[in-house]
Amino acid sequence: MALLQLTEPGQSSAPHQHRLAAGIDLGTTNSLVATVRSGRAETLPDEQGNHLLPSVVRYLKDVVVVGNAAKQAATRDPLNTIASVKRLMGRGLGDVKALGSRLPYDFQQQDSSVPRMRTAAGDVSSIEVSAEILKVLKARAEATLGGDLAGVVITVPAYFDEAQRQATKDAARLAGLKTLRLLNEPTAAAVAYGLDQGSEGVIAVYDLGGGTFDISILRLHRGVFEVLATGGDTALGGDDFDAEIARWIMQQAGIEDDASHVTMRRLMHDACAAKEALTESDRAQLDIQLEDGTHWQGELTRATADALIGPLIRKTLKTCRRTLRDAGMGVEAVQDVVLVGGSTRVPRVRELIEEFFAKLPLVDIDPDKVVAIGAAVQADVLVGNKPNDEMLLLDVNPLSLGIETMGGLVEKLIPRNTTIPVARAQEFTTFKDGQTAMAIHALQGERELVSDCRSLARFELHGIPPMVAGAARIRVTFEVDADGLLNVTAVEESSGVQAGITVKPSYGLTDREIETMLRDSIDHAQGDIAVRRLREQQVEAQRVIEALEAALAADGERLLSAQERAPIDSSLAQLKKVNQGEDPGLIHKAVEALEESCEFYVERRMNDSVREAMAGHKVDEFS
Amino acid sequence: MLDLSKNYFELFGIPVGFDVDVEELAKRYRDLQRVVHPDRFVNATDRERRLSMQGATLINEAYRALKDPLHRARYLLVLQGVDMDAGKGTTTDADFLMQQMELREELAEAKHDIDPFAAVNGLMTRIDRQIQRLTGQLAEQFAAAKPDQLAGARDNVHKMQFMQKLRSEAEAVEAELDETT
Repeated sequence: MALLQLTEPGQSSAPHQHRLAAGIDLGTTNSLVATVRSGRAETLPDEQGNHLLPSVVRYLKDVVVVGNAAKQAATRDPLNTIASVKRLMGRGLGDVKALGSRLPYDFQQQDSSVPRMRTAAGDVSSIEVSAEILKVLKARAEATLGGDLAGVVITVPAYFDEAQRQATKDAARLAGLKTLRLLNEPTAAAVAYGLDQGSEGVIAVYDLGGGTFDISILRLHRGVFEVLATGGDTALGGDDFDAEIARWIMQQAGIEDDASHVTMRRLMHDACAAKEALTESDRAQLDIQLEDGTHWQGELTRATADALIGPLIRKTLKTCRRTLRDAGMGVEAVQDVVLVGGSTRVPRVRELIEEFFAKLPLVDIDPDKVVAIGAAVQADVLVGNKPNDEMLLLDVNPLSLGIETMGGLVEKLIPRNTTIPVARAQEFTTFKDGQTAMAIHALQGERELVSDCRSLARFELHGIPPMVAGAARIRVTFEVDADGLLNVTAVEESSGVQAGITVKPSYGLTDREIETMLRDSIDHAQGDIAVRRLREQQVEAQRVIEALEAALAADGERLLSAQERAPIDSSLAQLKKVNQGEDPGLIHKAVEALEESCEFYVERRMNDSVREAMAGHKVDEFS
Repeated sequence: MLDLSKNYFELFGIPVGFDVDVEELAKRYRDLQRVVHPDRFVNATDRERRLSMQGATLINEAYRALKDPLHRARYLLVLQGVDMDAGKGTTTDADFLMQQMELREELAEAKHDIDPFAAVNGLMTRIDRQIQRLTGQLAEQFAAAKPDQLAGARDNVHKMQFMQKLRSEAEAVEAELDETT
């Protein structure tokens, strides 16, 4: 179980357990896991000492191989070896087809909105593939730290949309991980640098990875990281540099567009190697194996490569300009520029960034590791190991949220770069007598037409009390939480009836599909489902018990009278007793009862801490 | 404290008025979020998470309303019971409307200027100056706090909305120019 570590005397009135938490960078090309140990955040290596885990998964008939071993096989077994799966998360078959020959997998046409790839081990979705990567990192962390992880922070590109974020969370769930928070990659990097440099002011984080690009403008002030604006492109990264170089090689070497999967994979691999070689040198030698077995030899110069990738880099700078505008500031207002992601190693990228921002970017922290490190820092705080920490991350939603209205138009409800969490309500009414159901189509994007925006989901409301057409006042609340995920609730105002909502994601798995996957996954084949459910319930109950005991120890005496405290103590004792038993249903009921009994207490606690926070300021009187 | 019946000024413990120390407001915003934000309640009970979500959302909304002069002015008028939606946000000031049309035409022509970026930039600077002037007028009107001043404030808020919209359109043109270069 978790390690027990007592706090320093005088720091807090209750000793608390040190919980094991980790930060995971689930990258397009490489993934990492990091944790805070002895006050330091560090990435964890595997047994061979490698910190980076290539995000490559190979499906053999009876076994799944993840990492370097899978990467080695990529060129010779392309259909079963999935690389850069991040590009497929939250994408539909249509998107995948548009990505074309870049993704040489065997996609299957199916009913589900989640595309599946045929492999030797069966048809797999991007979510399952990502889960395999997460499982390896989970095992690595737990083996190194000697216990179960209480939770993880997983990073996502800031520009990831709802479907991409939900897919990431689903993958974590499949891997048996509790997601404490989905953290935006640039924000994670800012945390790592902010703590490293102890700086204050405006930071721009330029994050160019294998498959995605993000630019975030943040203000850091005494431990509070406030994202002012974010922008990016979830389909632009180092892989695209490779593709341009590969295209050039094809032209030079006379390779046709319809070359085999194997040839395409090999070409991408060679292009990538050449790009990397050009970081250190002016020219890279090319030795390309053609389909007929012969070899073509050539040379790629830095100048040619720069010309090939130049337009892509300029595309990122355009996004930087727009994001700075969104943040309401000019380039001169930026104090520090932080580079994140392996692709920022490319010299031409650095040159153009330096030119754009008119300053030397910060590269002190390894651009491959910085995101995982920032995530680890936040994981440590969120899981409760740092009760006195003042660090706070205030992030924004990257894309405007809207709903479909008459005529295929989108009405924007929540504009992009709004600080989250945020909620907006909209009133609807019925148009038929006795209408009890309604559908709302939610979309993300900046354009006016439905066809130009990204469909998120259809929310089907049911259980509206039947009324005369136009009489119902249905207040639908759209809430974007701290993970950037949308939650919809609806109430019919005149009757106060809460409408039931069925969510149909446009590019994702429904809850039922995930439940099925969880049930069918290999891990679950071993061990009784009933035992698993009991254990999950017990862990949940233990968490609530600990949270409440810590709260009572901190202010129970000050905020509660003996009379008020008695029922809480009794519910707590009851839960502890029932938690020793074997009945998950009873445990769940006892958790509910306990939460109900202390509802007024937690409200009082929150008001108290707000009062305390404001006590540092002069509160003016009102007449 | 996180009483939904409180107005946004009360939430931050600052006096109700147009004159707001934005730095102080930001400090209070950060201090409030430090204790209420969902990040503080990841392992807490369901009810605490719910309260936190509502609280943080409210604080974000309040900050948004008070931070920017236009939103603040609008909010102040709403608090005073002034109907902001009647008349659909227009003004009867003919000079102002004329000026708006001229500025719009200028924006349309700026795209075809020899140096379109400079043209749009110049226009935005002038718009910003107008917005500043309106902000100054609003400050005076709210400070006077007389009913006839409120009607004037309402008119100015509508004018400011026009200006902000124009500014957004100028920014869009700038973005468009960016795309095509």
